[in-house]
Amino acid sequence: MYKEIILAGFGGQGVLLIGKLLAYSGMKMGNDVTWMPAYGPEMRGGTCNCTVVISDKPIGSPMSKHPHGLIALNLPSLDKFEDTVKKDGVIVVNTSLINRKVKRSDVKSVEVAANEVAIECGSAKAANMVALGAYLGATQIIDLELVKNILSETFASKPKLIEVNHKALTRGYELGKGA
Amino acid sequence: MAKKLMKGCEAIGEAAIQAGCRLFFGYPITPQNEIPEYMSARLPQVGGMFVQAESEVSASNMLYGAAGAGCRCFTSSSSPGISLMQEGISYIAGAELPVVFVNIMRGGPGLGGILPSQSDYFQATKGGGHGDFRCLVLAPSTVQEAADLVQLAFDLADKYRNPVYVLGDGLIGQMMEPVEFKRTVNPEELPEKEWATTGAKGRKPNIINSLYLDPEDLEKHNWKLKKKYEEMEKNEKRWEEFNLEGNRDILFVAYGTVARIAKTAIEDLKSKGINAGLFRPITLYPFPGEELVKAATKCKKILVSELSTGQMLEDVKYHLGKEREVAFYGRVGGMVMTPEELVDEAVKLLK
Repeated sequence: MYKEIILAGFGGQGVLLIGKLLAYSGMKMGNDVTWMPAYGPEMRGGTCNCTVVISDKPIGSPMSKHPHGLIALNLPSLDKFEDTVKKDGVIVVNTSLINRKVKRSDVKSVEVAANEVAIECGSAKAANMVALGAYLGATQIIDLELVKNILSETFASKPKLIEVNHKALTRGYELGKGA
Repeated sequence: MAKKLMKGCEAIGEAAIQAGCRLFFGYPITPQNEIPEYMSARLPQVGGMFVQAESEVSASNMLYGAAGAGCRCFTSSSSPGISLMQEGISYIAGAELPVVFVNIMRGGPGLGGILPSQSDYFQATKGGGHGDFRCLVLAPSTVQEAADLVQLAFDLADKYRNPVYVLGDGLIGQMMEPVEFKRTVNPEELPEKEWATTGAKGRKPNIINSLYLDPEDLEKHNWKLKKKYEEMEKNEKRWEEFNLEGNRDILFVAYGTVARIAKTAIEDLKSKGINAGLFRPITLYPFPGEELVKAATKCKKILVSELSTGQMLEDVKYHLGKEREVAFYGRVGGMVMTPEELVDEAVKLLK
């Protein structure tokens, strides 16, 4: 396996967190992984992204010019990265905040209203989990149960959050699988 | 210990603790703030002490004191902060004290920027501070290697009673990768430092000093240091050869972050029918010059790549001599080359 994924959104939407979850899960499967945040003089409300690479061989460059996957939680992220995605790649589009379609026809577009679905699951803050779930459902690169277990570990000190995030991941997964 | 997913900066901090280091003195600067942050939380848990100094100058002098008292200690900073520490580093080299300095480099000169760079190669390998001295310089290219080299740095600092740099950049510091801490050193069990100023009860006083007003004494001291540096050159060269079995069309020479980008480029070049290999110095001082020369004989073209306008390039050219042509590709200011750029450079060079 060799996958480069860019996860992008507004600061505060939790893209770094779902990136870590994705990387951690990839590592638990026995892969080499890297998680690289775009760090710079950012401000609250600004854009934020990270790149995750998952590979069954040692990873060279941790950055990606042409990722296999993109999770875009807001419009500026889709505008910035849509053209970079590899042919036959997967783009998860958060339709709650993105009011346009993916322009390209050579990639798979997975549309989810992540914010609304998250509210249905019990917390608007879990939109990032819905989007990650949708990506996992569409690509099947990592077993959902593994990701849920790691999420339980990550949130061990905040047990109240586990259930709603599990729900959001699962709901996103189902939507992604059906897309 | 199981593998953990950690940021480079945090792994560096944990590695220092696992190496038996219990003292940190520093001053914040991006992109390495996660190191002091991590140490400020972790050191009190293991009976250690974290001090945020009032400036980098004082931090490096606090290190002088702590190392003189025989304690394993370290600091981390980024380029402009390391410049401010140079006074202390020179004194530490002069007084022969073991201190580890982590430099998570950013673009310069001056305040520069905060993004990844390899702009301080000259500063680390050729001095930086005043006086005729050398520091060991270790350059990791993964988070795992950053952890391993930090542990090694403490051992080498003690072995040679000399400052040791671990030279990373913002990418190594900010990136998360799986990491495993391979050994744990109990500070109580470290060999005793007979030269340290630990209170002269029942023995003659030890003196930690870099002042030699008698020129004959200072000359003697300088030649003694030189001998030590020769020992380092003999024993401590480290490097990695990647894809270098047999003859190659092109040899990349790169360290740290750029080396891993070159590895991706080498894989991509295979599909174009181009045989490329990598020579990666792990110690920048001592520079593995003879080993590079040996590797280069098997390669038609040589391409040095750095996140600078060409600093290690000078060492490469020095060792390869005038008869070998050496090409260079650099990105600066916090810009990082992509594997595609290195592929293009290689193809151009082979035309």
